[in-house]
Amino acid sequence: MNWTWFHKLGSPKWFYDISGRWLPWLSVAAALLLAVGTVWGLAFAPPDYQQGNSFRIIYIHVPAAILAQSCYIMLAVAGVVGLVWKMKLADVALQCAAPIGAWMTFVALLTGAVWGKPTWGAWWVWDARLTAMLILLFLYFGVIALGQSISNRDSAAKACAVLAIVGVVNIPIIKYSVDWWNTLHQPATFKVTEKPAMPAEMWVPLLIMVIGFYCFFAVVLLLRMRLEVLKRESRASWVKAEVERSL
Amino acid sequence: MNPVRKKRLFIILGILAGVGIAVGLALSALQQNINLFYTPTQIAAGEAPKDTRIRAGGMVKEGSVSRSADSLDVQFVVTDFAKDVTIRYRGILPDLFREGQGIVALGRVNGEGVLVADEVLAKHDENYMPPEVTKALKDSGKLPAGAMGSAESKQ
Repeated sequence: MNWTWFHKLGSPKWFYDISGRWLPWLSVAAALLLAVGTVWGLAFAPPDYQQGNSFRIIYIHVPAAILAQSCYIMLAVAGVVGLVWKMKLADVALQCAAPIGAWMTFVALLTGAVWGKPTWGAWWVWDARLTAMLILLFLYFGVIALGQSISNRDSAAKACAVLAIVGVVNIPIIKYSVDWWNTLHQPATFKVTEKPAMPAEMWVPLLIMVIGFYCFFAVVLLLRMRLEVLKRESRASWVKAEVERSL
Repeated sequence: MNPVRKKRLFIILGILAGVGIAVGLALSALQQNINLFYTPTQIAAGEAPKDTRIRAGGMVKEGSVSRSADSLDVQFVVTDFAKDVTIRYRGILPDLFREGQGIVALGRVNGEGVLVADEVLAKHDENYMPPEVTKALKDSGKLPAGAMGSAESKQ
């Protein structure tokens, strides 16, 4: 396997150039997918036989929850890369992704509560799935706070990387909480081994929303990382040239 | 990969494995506290603590719901298809409550073995269907047992 792309990531200038080329494509894809998925899911997908229209919150809730967990795995991978290969860009990615992941977790918790009140009869229940998700939110807060509170960049990077790696233990707990314990939250509708417990006219818009959320996440992450790279490399000549060109 | 990086990678994997095992042991020790509810079988076997508020969960048995004519009192049987628990509740039930639906009730078991609930939550399963599909399945008699009561109550 060719690993040159990985080693090239060590150069902030290379990252800045390549991300600038990807951004327009990703932005267009995110806008299109989210628009199509939202209209399809909220207006054209059939209502559920038991929940009626309130099930449509799935088109926000599930993509946000998937992103919240994927983003934390990305944080942990960036942490490992930062600790093992001492790559500076890994810390940039970790710091820039944490607030996005925290917002995704918050959106998942909020939409879940809004759906839970009419469906279950309670805004919040201390069941394993919900509690593990709340712990994920606090882990994000921890990473953000730790990164902000240590002024030495290298020590902050190390501390955040360790917290991100240790916290990744929570991800399988979230995933399997509904199988390991009795919970109020229903088990997964989509399994790798089985057909989805949902007809195609319901899950196709959901799939579009999930891909759209991934593209949106990539766009926001790249925008934040590019700004952070410019800030950190402000003394490099290519950054000065770049800033002057855009002024 | 050079030896220094390899060593660092193994240290990280070692830490991760250690934390994973520690959390796994802690969670398995707390198994009973993490479960949201007791099943009727567990209550019948005496696994649920007496004289304290517990949650019982299971399916509402077909034909077991009896409502009082002049109050919000309702009595029903919750089953896990092995054992049953009778539940008494006064209040407004969630929209999804119906026969054949999974529910979780919070309350105290009294002397007669009846759970007097002060909160009833409806549990939704992972199946989603448009109403037309439910009707078609019902007509052909292929609707899963859990969805039966709901399809009838919608008619």
